[in-house]
Amino acid sequence: MRLDLILRVGAKLILPFILVFAFYVQFHGDYGPGGGFQAGAIAAGGVILYALIFGIGKAKEAVPQILVERMIPTGVLLYAGTGVVGMFQGYHYLNYTGFHPDYLRAHEWGILLVELGVLITVAGTLMSLFYAFAGRGR
Amino acid sequence: MEQLEAFATHYNYFITIFLMVAGLYIVIARGNLIKKLVGLSLFQTSIYLLYLTPAKIIGGTPPIYDPAYATYSNPLPHVLILTAIVVGVATLALGLALVVRIHEAYGTVEEDDIISKDGQL
Amino acid sequence: MILAAKPTGDVVVRTAESLNTGLDLFILSLLLTLMAAVSVAIISNRNMFGVVILAGIYSFLMASVMMTLDAVDVAMTEAAVGAGISSIIFLATLHLTGSMEYPQPRSVGLPLFVAIVVGGALVFGTYGLPPFGAADTPMHTHTAPRFIEMSKDYLMPPNMVTAVLADFRAFDTLGEAVVVFTGGMAVLMLLRGKRKRLQGQPEDVGFDARSPVPPNAKADTTGEAS
Repeated sequence: MRLDLILRVGAKLILPFILVFAFYVQFHGDYGPGGGFQAGAIAAGGVILYALIFGIGKAKEAVPQILVERMIPTGVLLYAGTGVVGMFQGYHYLNYTGFHPDYLRAHEWGILLVELGVLITVAGTLMSLFYAFAGRGR
Repeated sequence: MEQLEAFATHYNYFITIFLMVAGLYIVIARGNLIKKLVGLSLFQTSIYLLYLTPAKIIGGTPPIYDPAYATYSNPLPHVLILTAIVVGVATLALGLALVVRIHEAYGTVEEDDIISKDGQL
Repeated sequence: MILAAKPTGDVVVRTAESLNTGLDLFILSLLLTLMAAVSVAIISNRNMFGVVILAGIYSFLMASVMMTLDAVDVAMTEAAVGAGISSIIFLATLHLTGSMEYPQPRSVGLPLFVAIVVGGALVFGTYGLPPFGAADTPMHTHTAPRFIEMSKDYLMPPNMVTAVLADFRAFDTLGEAVVVFTGGMAVLMLLRGKRKRLQGQPEDVGFDARSPVPPNAKADTTGEAS
Protein backbone atom coordinates (compact mmCIF):
# COMPACT_ATOMS: atom_id res chain seq x y z
CA MET A 1 0.00 0.00 0.00
CA ARG A 2 2.92 2.32 0.61
CA LEU A 3 3.67 2.42 -3.12
CA ASP A 4 0.18 3.35 -4.21
CA LEU A 5 0.45 6.80 -5.75
CA ILE A 6 -3.25 7.66 -5.73
CA LEU A 7 -3.65 6.79 -2.07
CA ARG A 8 -0.58 8.75 -1.05
CA VAL A 9 -1.47 11.89 -2.98
CA GLY A 10 -5.13 11.64 -2.02
CA ALA A 11 -4.29 11.23 1.65
CA LYS A 12 -1.94 14.21 1.52
CA LEU A 13 -4.72 16.28 -0.01
CA ILE A 14 -7.39 15.14 2.45
CA LEU A 15 -5.40 15.15 5.70
CA PRO A 16 -5.23 18.92 6.36
CA PHE A 17 -8.94 19.19 5.79
CA ILE A 18 -9.63 16.35 8.20
CA LEU A 19 -7.62 18.08 10.92
CA VAL A 20 -9.19 21.48 10.23
CA PHE A 21 -12.62 19.85 10.27
CA ALA A 22 -11.79 18.29 13.63
CA PHE A 23 -10.99 21.71 15.07
CA TYR A 24 -14.09 23.20 13.45
CA VAL A 25 -16.20 20.50 15.10
CA GLN A 26 -14.44 21.20 18.39
CA PHE A 27 -14.81 24.97 18.50
CA HIS A 28 -18.15 25.20 16.75
CA GLY A 29 -19.65 22.66 19.13
CA ASP A 30 -21.52 25.38 21.02
CA TYR A 31 -23.49 26.35 17.94
CA GLY A 32 -23.75 23.31 15.72
CA PRO A 33 -23.43 19.58 16.15
CA GLY A 34 -20.07 18.68 17.54
CA GLY A 35 -17.90 18.70 20.62
CA GLY A 36 -14.85 17.15 22.13
CA PHE A 37 -15.80 13.51 21.61
CA GLN A 38 -16.47 13.89 17.88
CA ALA A 39 -13.48 16.14 17.30
CA GLY A 40 -11.17 13.74 19.13
CA ALA A 41 -12.40 10.83 17.04
CA ILE A 42 -11.98 12.78 13.79
CA ALA A 43 -8.48 13.99 14.67
CA ALA A 44 -7.45 10.47 15.68
CA GLY A 45 -8.96 9.20 12.43
CA GLY A 46 -6.76 11.59 10.47
CA VAL A 47 -3.62 10.38 12.20
CA ILE A 48 -4.69 6.75 11.72
CA LEU A 49 -5.24 7.39 8.00
CA TYR A 50 -1.72 8.80 7.80
CA ALA A 51 -0.35 5.75 9.61
CA LEU A 52 -2.24 3.34 7.34
CA ILE A 53 -0.94 4.89 4.14
CA PHE A 54 2.56 6.06 5.03
CA GLY A 55 3.42 3.42 7.59
CA ILE A 56 3.38 3.39 11.35
CA GLY A 57 6.98 4.66 11.59
CA LYS A 58 6.24 7.86 9.70
CA ALA A 59 3.17 8.43 11.82
CA LYS A 60 5.20 8.01 15.01
CA GLU A 61 7.66 10.58 13.68
CA ALA A 62 4.85 13.07 13.13
CA VAL A 63 2.91 12.28 16.30
CA PRO A 64 5.27 10.59 18.75
CA GLN A 65 3.91 7.72 20.80
CA ILE A 66 5.06 9.24 24.08
CA LEU A 67 3.14 12.45 23.30
CA VAL A 68 0.01 10.49 22.45
CA GLU A 69 0.19 8.49 25.64
CA ARG A 70 0.72 11.59 27.75
CA MET A 71 -2.31 13.21 26.15
CA ILE A 72 -4.64 10.70 27.84
CA PRO A 73 -4.07 11.79 31.47
CA THR A 74 -3.48 15.42 30.43
CA GLY A 75 -7.02 15.73 29.13
CA VAL A 76 -8.56 14.19 32.23
CA LEU A 77 -6.47 16.50 34.43
CA LEU A 78 -7.52 19.55 32.38
CA TYR A 79 -11.16 18.52 32.81
CA ALA A 80 -10.85 17.91 36.52
CA GLY A 81 -8.70 21.02 37.00
CA THR A 82 -11.38 23.20 35.40
CA GLY A 83 -13.75 21.99 38.10
CA VAL A 84 -11.21 22.74 40.82
CA VAL A 85 -10.77 26.32 39.51
CA GLY A 86 -14.52 26.75 39.82
CA MET A 87 -14.31 25.53 43.40
CA PHE A 88 -11.59 28.07 44.27
CA GLN A 89 -13.85 30.82 42.95
CA GLY A 90 -16.47 29.88 45.49
CA TYR A 91 -18.84 27.81 43.38
CA HIS A 92 -19.57 24.13 43.24
CA TYR A 93 -17.24 21.71 41.50
CA LEU A 94 -17.56 22.14 37.70
CA ASN A 95 -19.71 25.25 38.05
CA TYR A 96 -18.19 27.79 35.67
CA THR A 97 -20.11 30.92 36.74
CA GLY A 98 -17.03 32.60 38.22
CA PHE A 99 -14.95 32.50 35.02
CA HIS A 100 -16.36 35.74 33.59
CA PRO A 101 -18.76 38.43 34.85
CA ASP A 102 -21.25 37.62 32.11
CA TYR A 103 -23.12 34.40 32.85
CA LEU A 104 -23.30 33.11 29.26
CA ARG A 105 -19.67 33.87 28.47
CA ALA A 106 -18.46 32.34 31.73
CA HIS A 107 -20.23 29.12 30.89
CA GLU A 108 -18.93 29.22 27.34
CA TRP A 109 -15.39 29.46 28.67
CA GLY A 110 -16.02 26.55 31.02
CA ILE A 111 -17.55 24.44 28.26
CA LEU A 112 -14.62 25.29 25.98
CA LEU A 113 -12.05 24.18 28.56
CA VAL A 114 -13.90 21.03 29.45
CA GLU A 115 -14.42 20.08 25.80
CA LEU A 116 -10.72 20.69 25.18
CA GLY A 117 -9.95 18.20 27.94
CA VAL A 118 -12.32 15.69 26.35
CA LEU A 119 -10.72 16.27 22.92
CA ILE A 120 -7.23 15.63 24.27
CA THR A 121 -8.27 12.50 26.17
CA VAL A 122 -10.30 10.96 23.35
CA ALA A 123 -7.81 11.74 20.59
CA GLY A 124 -4.93 10.45 22.72
CA THR A 125 -6.78 7.29 23.69
CA LEU A 126 -7.85 6.39 20.16
CA MET A 127 -4.41 7.09 18.67
CA SER A 128 -2.59 5.15 21.36
CA LEU A 129 -5.06 2.26 20.91
CA PHE A 130 -4.12 2.17 17.24
CA TYR A 131 -0.41 2.39 18.00
CA ALA A 132 -0.70 -0.39 20.58
CA PHE A 133 -2.53 -2.74 18.21
CA ALA A 134 -0.41 -1.91 15.17
CA GLY A 135 2.88 -2.07 17.05
CA ARG A 136 2.15 -5.52 18.44
CA GLY A 137 3.29 -7.24 15.26
CA ARG A 138 3.44 -10.93 14.73
CA MET B 1 -56.33 -2.27 12.03
CA GLU B 2 -55.56 -1.28 15.58
CA GLN B 3 -52.97 -4.03 15.78
CA LEU B 4 -51.42 -2.81 12.56
CA GLU B 5 -51.22 0.73 13.88
CA ALA B 6 -49.64 -0.44 17.14
CA PHE B 7 -47.11 -2.41 15.07
CA ALA B 8 -46.28 0.61 12.93
CA THR B 9 -45.82 2.97 15.87
CA HIS B 10 -43.63 0.45 17.68
CA TYR B 11 -41.59 -0.65 14.67
CA ASN B 12 -38.43 1.02 16.02
CA TYR B 13 -38.71 -0.92 19.25
CA PHE B 14 -39.18 -4.20 17.41
CA ILE B 15 -36.07 -3.65 15.33
CA THR B 16 -34.22 -2.64 18.49
CA ILE B 17 -35.24 -5.89 20.14
CA PHE B 18 -34.34 -7.87 17.04
CA LEU B 19 -30.84 -6.37 17.02
CA MET B 20 -30.49 -6.97 20.75
CA VAL B 21 -31.51 -10.60 20.40
CA ALA B 22 -29.19 -11.03 17.41
CA GLY B 23 -26.30 -9.78 19.54
CA LEU B 24 -27.30 -12.06 22.39
CA TYR B 25 -27.50 -15.02 20.01
CA ILE B 26 -24.02 -14.32 18.64
CA VAL B 27 -22.57 -14.05 22.15
CA ILE B 28 -24.10 -17.39 23.20
CA ALA B 29 -23.90 -19.43 20.02
CA ARG B 30 -20.54 -18.52 18.52
CA GLY B 31 -17.24 -19.64 19.96
CA ASN B 32 -14.94 -17.21 18.20
CA LEU B 33 -14.00 -14.50 20.69
CA ILE B 34 -13.82 -11.73 18.07
CA LYS B 35 -17.26 -12.69 16.81
CA LYS B 36 -18.49 -12.56 20.38
CA LEU B 37 -17.19 -8.99 20.64
CA VAL B 38 -18.96 -8.10 17.38
CA GLY B 39 -22.12 -9.52 18.95
CA LEU B 40 -21.57 -7.48 22.09
CA SER B 41 -21.19 -4.29 20.07
CA LEU B 42 -24.38 -5.22 18.17
CA PHE B 43 -26.12 -5.53 21.54
CA GLN B 44 -24.68 -2.19 22.61
CA THR B 45 -25.79 -0.31 19.49
CA SER B 46 -29.30 -1.67 19.95
CA ILE B 47 -29.29 0.00 23.37
CA TYR B 48 -28.38 3.28 21.67
CA LEU B 49 -31.46 2.87 19.51
CA LEU B 50 -33.58 2.08 22.56
CA TYR B 51 -32.52 5.37 24.16
CA LEU B 52 -32.79 7.53 21.06
CA THR B 53 -36.16 6.31 19.79
CA PRO B 54 -38.34 7.86 22.55
CA ALA B 55 -36.28 11.08 22.42
CA LYS B 56 -37.64 11.88 18.96
CA ILE B 57 -40.74 14.03 18.72
CA ILE B 58 -42.59 13.93 15.43
CA GLY B 59 -42.44 17.47 14.06
CA GLY B 60 -39.46 18.38 16.21
CA THR B 61 -36.02 19.46 15.09
CA PRO B 62 -32.56 18.55 16.38
CA PRO B 63 -31.90 20.17 19.77
CA ILE B 64 -30.00 23.21 18.50
CA TYR B 65 -31.81 26.38 19.43
CA ASP B 66 -33.07 28.61 16.67
CA PRO B 67 -35.78 31.23 17.11
CA ALA B 68 -37.64 29.89 14.09
CA TYR B 69 -38.44 26.54 15.70
CA ALA B 70 -40.46 25.70 18.77
CA THR B 71 -40.35 21.91 19.12
CA TYR B 72 -37.09 20.14 19.87
CA SER B 73 -36.25 16.52 20.44
CA ASN B 74 -35.06 15.65 23.92
CA PRO B 75 -31.32 16.40 24.28
CA LEU B 76 -30.72 14.33 27.41
CA PRO B 77 -30.65 10.82 25.80
CA HIS B 78 -28.41 12.22 23.09
CA VAL B 79 -25.85 13.22 25.72
CA LEU B 80 -25.98 9.85 27.44
CA ILE B 81 -25.52 7.94 24.19
CA LEU B 82 -22.87 10.30 22.85
CA THR B 83 -20.60 9.49 25.76
CA ALA B 84 -21.61 5.82 25.71
CA ILE B 85 -20.36 5.42 22.12
CA VAL B 86 -16.85 6.64 22.95
CA VAL B 87 -16.73 4.65 26.17
CA GLY B 88 -17.98 1.69 24.13
CA VAL B 89 -15.05 1.83 21.74
CA ALA B 90 -12.61 2.06 24.66
CA THR B 91 -14.08 -1.04 26.29
CA LEU B 92 -14.26 -2.81 22.92
CA ALA B 93 -10.56 -2.14 22.43
CA LEU B 94 -9.90 -3.53 25.90
CA GLY B 95 -11.76 -6.72 24.97
CA LEU B 96 -9.83 -7.01 21.72
CA ALA B 97 -6.54 -6.46 23.56
CA LEU B 98 -7.46 -9.36 25.84
CA VAL B 99 -8.24 -11.44 22.73
CA VAL B 100 -4.81 -10.61 21.31
CA ARG B 101 -3.14 -11.71 24.54
CA ILE B 102 -5.22 -14.88 24.64
CA HIS B 103 -4.15 -15.63 21.07
CA GLU B 104 -0.51 -15.16 22.04
CA ALA B 105 -0.85 -17.50 24.99
CA TYR B 106 -3.07 -20.20 23.46
CA GLY B 107 -2.57 -19.85 19.72
CA THR B 108 -6.31 -19.73 19.07
CA VAL B 109 -9.29 -17.50 19.66
CA GLU B 110 -11.88 -20.29 19.60
CA GLU B 111 -13.45 -20.69 23.00
CA ASP B 112 -13.79 -24.48 22.81
CA ASP B 113 -10.10 -24.90 21.97
CA ILE B 114 -9.11 -22.62 24.82
CA ILE B 115 -11.21 -24.58 27.32
CA SER B 116 -9.83 -27.92 26.12
CA LYS B 117 -6.28 -26.59 26.38
CA ASP B 118 -6.97 -25.34 29.88
CA GLY B 119 -8.08 -28.86 30.74
CA GLN B 120 -4.74 -30.24 29.60
CA LEU B 121 -2.68 -27.96 31.77
CA MET C 1 -17.71 33.58 21.45
CA ILE C 2 -20.35 36.33 21.50
CA LEU C 3 -23.81 35.27 20.56
CA ALA C 4 -26.00 37.32 18.28
CA ALA C 5 -28.28 39.72 20.02
CA LYS C 6 -31.71 38.53 21.02
CA PRO C 7 -34.01 38.77 18.02
CA THR C 8 -36.54 41.52 18.23
CA GLY C 9 -39.93 41.54 16.67
CA ASP C 10 -42.18 38.67 15.85
CA VAL C 11 -40.55 35.52 14.61
CA VAL C 12 -42.61 33.06 12.66
CA VAL C 13 -42.41 29.85 14.66
CA ARG C 14 -42.32 26.84 12.43
CA THR C 15 -42.36 23.19 13.14
CA ALA C 16 -40.85 20.67 10.82
CA GLU C 17 -44.21 18.96 10.57
CA SER C 18 -45.20 18.84 6.95
CA LEU C 19 -45.09 16.50 4.03
CA ASN C 20 -41.56 15.60 5.12
CA THR C 21 -42.71 13.68 8.19
CA GLY C 22 -44.16 10.81 6.23
CA LEU C 23 -41.05 10.60 4.09
CA ASP C 24 -38.89 10.69 7.22
CA LEU C 25 -40.77 7.79 8.73
CA PHE C 26 -40.52 5.81 5.49
CA ILE C 27 -36.74 6.36 5.32
CA LEU C 28 -36.42 5.45 8.99
CA SER C 29 -38.31 2.18 8.53
CA LEU C 30 -36.24 1.37 5.46
CA LEU C 31 -32.96 1.98 7.31
CA LEU C 32 -34.08 -0.07 10.29
CA THR C 33 -35.05 -2.98 8.05
CA LEU C 34 -31.67 -2.78 6.35
CA MET C 35 -30.00 -2.87 9.78
CA ALA C 36 -31.91 -6.03 10.67
CA ALA C 37 -30.79 -7.59 7.36
CA VAL C 38 -27.16 -6.65 8.03
CA SER C 39 -27.34 -8.17 11.51
CA VAL C 40 -28.60 -11.45 10.00
CA ALA C 41 -25.67 -11.34 7.58
CA ILE C 42 -23.30 -10.78 10.52
CA ILE C 43 -24.69 -13.86 12.23
CA SER C 44 -24.39 -16.13 9.20
CA ASN C 45 -21.04 -14.95 7.84
CA ARG C 46 -18.11 -17.17 8.80
CA ASN C 47 -15.30 -15.03 7.46
CA MET C 48 -14.34 -12.60 10.19
CA PHE C 49 -13.02 -10.09 7.67
CA GLY C 50 -16.47 -9.94 6.10
CA VAL C 51 -18.06 -9.67 9.54
CA VAL C 52 -15.96 -6.63 10.38
CA ILE C 53 -16.86 -4.92 7.10
CA LEU C 54 -20.54 -5.73 7.72
CA ALA C 55 -20.20 -4.24 11.20
CA GLY C 56 -18.87 -1.05 9.58
CA ILE C 57 -21.88 -0.98 7.23
CA TYR C 58 -24.11 -1.55 10.24
CA SER C 59 -22.53 1.42 12.04
CA PHE C 60 -23.07 3.72 9.07
CA LEU C 61 -26.71 2.62 8.85
CA MET C 62 -27.00 3.25 12.59
CA ALA C 63 -25.57 6.75 12.08
CA SER C 64 -28.16 7.41 9.38
CA VAL C 65 -30.93 6.18 11.70
CA MET C 66 -29.66 8.50 14.43
CA MET C 67 -29.73 11.33 11.90
CA THR C 68 -33.40 10.71 11.16
CA LEU C 69 -34.07 10.49 14.91
CA ASP C 70 -32.76 14.09 15.26
CA ALA C 71 -29.65 13.01 17.18
CA VAL C 72 -27.15 14.85 15.01
CA ASP C 73 -24.30 14.88 17.54
CA VAL C 74 -24.71 11.19 18.18
CA ALA C 75 -24.81 10.43 14.47
CA MET C 76 -21.53 12.26 13.98
CA THR C 77 -19.92 10.34 16.82
CA GLU C 78 -21.21 7.01 15.58
CA ALA C 79 -19.95 7.65 12.06
CA ALA C 80 -16.50 8.67 13.30
CA VAL C 81 -16.04 6.22 16.16
CA GLY C 82 -18.32 3.26 15.47
CA ALA C 83 -17.71 2.95 11.75
CA GLY C 84 -14.19 4.33 11.56
CA ILE C 85 -12.11 3.64 14.62
CA SER C 86 -13.68 0.41 15.85
CA SER C 87 -13.46 -1.13 12.36
CA ILE C 88 -9.75 -0.23 12.27
CA ILE C 89 -9.20 -1.81 15.69
CA PHE C 90 -11.10 -4.95 14.65
CA LEU C 91 -8.97 -5.23 11.50
CA ALA C 92 -5.77 -4.76 13.53
CA THR C 93 -6.90 -7.59 15.82
CA LEU C 94 -7.69 -9.82 12.85
CA HIS C 95 -4.21 -9.15 11.52
CA LEU C 96 -2.85 -10.44 14.81
CA THR C 97 -5.14 -13.44 15.23
CA GLY C 98 -6.36 -14.76 11.87
CA SER C 99 -9.70 -14.37 10.22
CA MET C 100 -11.59 -17.65 9.90
CA GLU C 101 -14.22 -18.90 12.30
CA TYR C 102 -14.80 -22.56 12.99
CA PRO C 103 -17.50 -24.05 10.75
CA GLN C 104 -20.04 -25.05 13.40
CA PRO C 105 -18.51 -25.30 16.83
CA ARG C 106 -21.58 -25.95 18.94
CA SER C 107 -25.29 -26.60 18.90
CA VAL C 108 -27.69 -23.93 17.70
CA GLY C 109 -30.82 -25.04 19.54
CA LEU C 110 -30.28 -23.73 23.05
CA PRO C 111 -28.99 -20.25 22.06
CA LEU C 112 -31.85 -19.87 19.59
CA PHE C 113 -34.33 -20.88 22.31
CA VAL C 114 -32.86 -18.36 24.78
CA ALA C 115 -32.85 -15.62 22.14
CA ILE C 116 -36.46 -16.28 21.12
CA VAL C 117 -37.68 -16.37 24.73
CA VAL C 118 -35.88 -13.13 25.62
CA GLY C 119 -37.04 -11.47 22.40
CA GLY C 120 -40.62 -12.58 22.95
CA ALA C 121 -40.66 -11.22 26.49
CA LEU C 122 -39.25 -7.91 25.32
CA VAL C 123 -41.72 -7.63 22.44
CA PHE C 124 -44.53 -8.32 24.91
CA GLY C 125 -43.28 -5.51 27.11
CA THR C 126 -42.86 -3.14 24.19
CA TYR C 127 -46.61 -2.68 23.71
CA GLY C 128 -46.70 -0.84 27.03
CA LEU C 129 -44.32 1.83 25.72
CA PRO C 130 -45.70 5.06 24.27
CA PRO C 131 -45.94 5.21 20.47
CA PHE C 132 -43.08 6.55 18.41
CA GLY C 133 -42.78 10.33 18.28
CA ALA C 134 -45.23 11.16 21.07
CA ALA C 135 -44.49 14.50 22.71
CA ASP C 136 -46.39 14.08 25.99
CA THR C 137 -44.35 11.30 27.57
CA PRO C 138 -42.74 11.92 30.98
CA MET C 139 -39.22 12.21 29.52
CA HIS C 140 -40.31 15.19 27.44
CA THR C 141 -42.16 16.98 30.24
CA HIS C 142 -39.79 16.63 33.18
CA THR C 143 -36.25 18.01 32.66
CA ALA C 144 -35.92 18.58 28.92
CA PRO C 145 -38.11 21.75 28.84
CA ARG C 146 -35.72 23.38 31.30
CA PHE C 147 -32.72 22.78 29.03
CA ILE C 148 -34.67 24.22 26.10
CA GLU C 149 -35.76 27.25 28.13
CA MET C 150 -32.18 27.95 29.23
CA SER C 151 -31.02 27.96 25.62
CA LYS C 152 -33.97 30.11 24.64
CA ASP C 153 -33.13 32.74 27.27
CA TYR C 154 -29.50 32.89 26.09
CA LEU C 155 -28.21 31.52 29.35
CA MET C 156 -26.59 28.58 27.56
CA PRO C 157 -25.13 27.98 24.09
CA PRO C 158 -27.66 27.12 21.42
CA ASN C 159 -26.54 23.53 21.05
CA MET C 160 -28.37 21.97 23.96
CA VAL C 161 -26.46 18.71 23.69
CA THR C 162 -23.18 20.51 24.33
CA ALA C 163 -24.73 22.52 27.15
CA VAL C 164 -26.05 19.41 28.87
CA LEU C 165 -22.89 17.42 28.17
CA ALA C 166 -20.33 19.93 29.44
CA ASP C 167 -22.32 22.01 31.89
CA PHE C 168 -25.50 20.55 33.38
CA ARG C 169 -24.12 17.03 33.50
CA ALA C 170 -20.41 17.88 33.49
CA PHE C 171 -19.70 15.58 36.40
CA ASP C 172 -21.19 12.70 34.45
CA THR C 173 -18.96 13.51 31.48
CA LEU C 174 -15.95 13.67 33.78
CA GLY C 175 -16.78 10.09 34.76
CA GLU C 176 -16.99 9.11 31.09
CA ALA C 177 -13.62 10.75 30.38
CA VAL C 178 -12.13 8.79 33.27
CA VAL C 179 -13.61 5.58 31.84
CA VAL C 180 -12.03 6.33 28.44
CA PHE C 181 -8.75 7.03 30.24
CA THR C 182 -8.99 3.76 32.16
CA GLY C 183 -9.80 1.79 29.03
CA GLY C 184 -6.87 3.30 27.16
CA MET C 185 -4.51 2.63 30.05
CA ALA C 186 -5.68 -0.97 30.37
CA VAL C 187 -5.08 -1.59 26.66
CA LEU C 188 -1.63 -0.05 26.92
CA MET C 189 -0.82 -2.24 29.90
CA LEU C 190 -1.93 -5.32 27.96
CA LEU C 191 -0.34 -4.60 24.61
CA ARG C 192 2.60 -2.27 25.11
CA GLY C 193 6.10 -3.52 25.62
CA LYS C 194 7.77 -6.57 24.21
CA ARG C 195 5.98 -9.81 23.52
CA LYS C 196 6.84 -12.12 26.34
CA ARG C 197 6.65 -15.86 26.04
CA LEU C 198 5.02 -17.63 28.92
CA GLN C 199 7.60 -18.66 31.46
CA GLY C 200 7.57 -21.49 33.93
CA GLN C 201 5.04 -23.70 32.19
CA PRO C 202 5.56 -27.41 32.60
CA GLU C 203 7.04 -29.14 29.59
CA ASP C 204 4.46 -31.91 29.33
CA VAL C 205 1.49 -29.69 28.47
CA GLY C 206 -0.61 -30.46 25.44
CA PHE C 207 0.80 -27.58 23.49
CA ASP C 208 4.02 -25.65 23.50
CA ALA C 209 3.28 -22.16 24.68
CA ARG C 210 6.51 -20.88 23.19
CA SER C 211 5.62 -21.75 19.63
CA PRO C 212 3.30 -19.24 18.03
CA VAL C 213 0.97 -21.84 16.54
CA PRO C 214 0.19 -24.97 18.53
CA PRO C 215 0.03 -28.18 16.50
CA ASN C 216 -3.69 -28.78 16.93
CA ALA C 217 -4.89 -25.27 16.11
CA LYS C 218 -6.14 -25.40 12.57
CA ALA C 219 -8.36 -22.34 12.65
CA ASP C 220 -5.84 -19.57 12.67
CA THR C 221 -3.73 -20.71 9.75
CA THR C 222 -6.50 -21.20 7.20
CA GLY C 223 -7.12 -17.57 6.30
CA GLU C 224 -5.02 -14.61 7.16
CA ALA C 225 -6.36 -11.09 7.42
CA SER C 226 -4.02 -9.43 5.05
